[in-house]
Amino acid sequence: MPATTMIDAIRDALDVALTDDPTVTVFGQDVGYFGGVFRCTAGLQKKHGIDRCFDTPISELGIVGVAIGMAAYGRKPVVEIQFADYMYPAYDQIVSEAARLRYRTAGEFTCPIVIRMPTGGGIFGAQTHSQSPEALFTHVTGLKVVMPSNPIDAKGLLLSAIDDPDPVIFLEPKRLYNGPFDGHHDRPVSPWRTHPMGEAPLGRYLVPLGQAAIRRKGAALTVLAYGTMVHVALAAVEETAIDAEVIDLRTLLPLDLETIVASVRKTGRCVVVHEATLTSGFGAELAALVQAECFWHLHAPVERVAGWDTPYPHTNEWDYFPGPARVAAACRRVLEVQ
Amino acid sequence: MKPVERPLELFFAEPAVRPGAEPDFSGLDLPAAGSLRRPPVDSPAEEMRDMAFGLIRLLDDDGQAVGPWADTLDLDDAARMSGLRHMMTLRAYDARMLLAQRQQKTSFYMQHLGEEAISCAFHLALRSGDMNFPTYRQAGLLIASGYPMATMMCQVYGNDGDPVRGRQLPVFYSSKSHGFFSISGNLGTQYVQAVGWAMGSALSGDDKIAAAWIGDGSTAESDFHAALVFASGYRVPVVLNIVNNQWAISTFQGLARGGAGTFAARGLGFGIPALRVDGNDYLAVVAAARWASERARRSLGPTLIEYVTYRVAGHSTSDDPSAYRPSGESACWPLGDPLMRLKQHLIARGLWSEDRHVQAEAEIMGEVQAAQKEAEQIGTLHSGRRPSPAEMFNDVYAEMPPHLRRQRQLAGY
Repeated sequence: MPATTMIDAIRDALDVALTDDPTVTVFGQDVGYFGGVFRCTAGLQKKHGIDRCFDTPISELGIVGVAIGMAAYGRKPVVEIQFADYMYPAYDQIVSEAARLRYRTAGEFTCPIVIRMPTGGGIFGAQTHSQSPEALFTHVTGLKVVMPSNPIDAKGLLLSAIDDPDPVIFLEPKRLYNGPFDGHHDRPVSPWRTHPMGEAPLGRYLVPLGQAAIRRKGAALTVLAYGTMVHVALAAVEETAIDAEVIDLRTLLPLDLETIVASVRKTGRCVVVHEATLTSGFGAELAALVQAECFWHLHAPVERVAGWDTPYPHTNEWDYFPGPARVAAACRRVLEVQ
Repeated sequence: MKPVERPLELFFAEPAVRPGAEPDFSGLDLPAAGSLRRPPVDSPAEEMRDMAFGLIRLLDDDGQAVGPWADTLDLDDAARMSGLRHMMTLRAYDARMLLAQRQQKTSFYMQHLGEEAISCAFHLALRSGDMNFPTYRQAGLLIASGYPMATMMCQVYGNDGDPVRGRQLPVFYSSKSHGFFSISGNLGTQYVQAVGWAMGSALSGDDKIAAAWIGDGSTAESDFHAALVFASGYRVPVVLNIVNNQWAISTFQGLARGGAGTFAARGLGFGIPALRVDGNDYLAVVAAARWASERARRSLGPTLIEYVTYRVAGHSTSDDPSAYRPSGESACWPLGDPLMRLKQHLIARGLWSEDRHVQAEAEIMGEVQAAQKEAEQIGTLHSGRRPSPAEMFNDVYAEMPPHLRRQRQLAGY
């Protein structure tokens, strides 16, 4: 049966990878017998054996450090950090080791690992179950950083990440695990099976890393988004009837600059949207690139819509989360500039 | 009646003496050579707690190898002689590279003075295909495995012969073929990676084992704890080495332990058998390393080994130890000089003499100088052939992404 949620799509990708490549090894906290707190590895241990999919002690640095050694040996570890908010103990291993191993050995040792981590807010997860730390990875040379926004991409991107010879940080917006979310928290959420990108095909297929996808063609302005914010952006432009082009970046590093530049040179206006906090967020890099590459085509300053520069709150989640109203307001401001 | 209360206070571990005072090693308990038993390799950790607090020593004061570890040591005379040669080579190499740094042919160097036995001897416990995850002070693994010294020097100089293309600090070597994993400046990180490498070997049904290396100071890093948890939990075929050279730059070894127990004893809490070894006794290191690697090869699990030694030289060429410890302290170190102790053993065994030693020293210095000449013909840090700046952009990824290609072009390459 084709996968009809992002959870199923991720599990399906892992299943395909485990089946096709005997060196693929899946591990992390609660991922073995129990099948993961989000069910992304359910049934994999039973199907592939405890030596292919196993539980680890609660030690993020241990999980990643062990994965790096295992990759240096010649296996293909696909590990899970239960929440992106808990990756910090592993940050030294990720930045100083995984990202640098190929470079510092001139290719003698390499680190083809995938680190999956559920990310993002919109679930009343508060400070330590809602963070979007992508900018802490995009700033690191040697890493690739990926964030899917739907089940078809989730499976194809994860399979590409597993095939990739370099370390990949695979950020999974947990708000999108069971269905698309456009930021309208007061409305019922529809399941993935009613969405055109909601059903991931059976078997192996790849969505290439480093390629953005245009989710909505438009001429008035360009919206750059990824993860949950793709759906928020689409809702905002539909509701305001603004003819915006919405680009889902999919891979943040390396970035598909070509698609971005072609769009902004066409529209002359750009809004960057992300859940992560504003200051030094990935949006700053996007805005800088757009102004450098599209300076003579821009009709208005590049706007950024992001989480406020505060820790992620619990009670005030919907005052914090950059929902469709804030995205729409930014789009209108950008269009007002003549 | 209300008890008399005192304000709370902290304990600050300090070394026994500081500069200006007489060296004092009275706190170091030194059991006689041969006095510690040799347990079977399949002994459970809880039945060999004594090994974590004693000291495995084979060489006595007369240069004789004694006791149960010596009796079972299968090491022929040729191997004992090449052991001495490896240590002498490492010492001569260090001396030349220290000089090269003072001559500004390189930016930085780190010596092994006093610790030569550990890495040179440990090499004998591993087989081809096994992997060390060393720190910056185990170059004896490369020397003993026959790695070309001129290539080591090219790395120190960062010249065009440097296999890692001038990207790493001097002494941060890397050689997959010689079982020497890339050294990182971030302390402790490789300890847990060694565990992962060995897990990879076991998961692949391979027969290769890994050896992890860490210094006394870096055992305080979280990576040390994580490595022990994983190694113990999955019964990983890894040898977990701790080189206790008494000093972590300026801080004495007791600081990392809070002044309590031994470093070997840390293994016991994780259910890992632990040995404490005279690190200046070449034969003791071989014996303990082989015991531990046999445990690993037989899937009996990891072993923690603490080598007790002394860092005779400064931490690096950027360090002056007279600022924090008595200048004569190394001369008073009770476990002596590893090189002299093996030399005495070979003389006592009738294999060596003072004359031959002097002759060997001259030969080895000749070899080191020839290697240095070869390396310097390629270049040093500031002269000769260096890796092309275009190479700065290679190997960040397997394939160069567009943004790096642009930056390379912008840089003019």
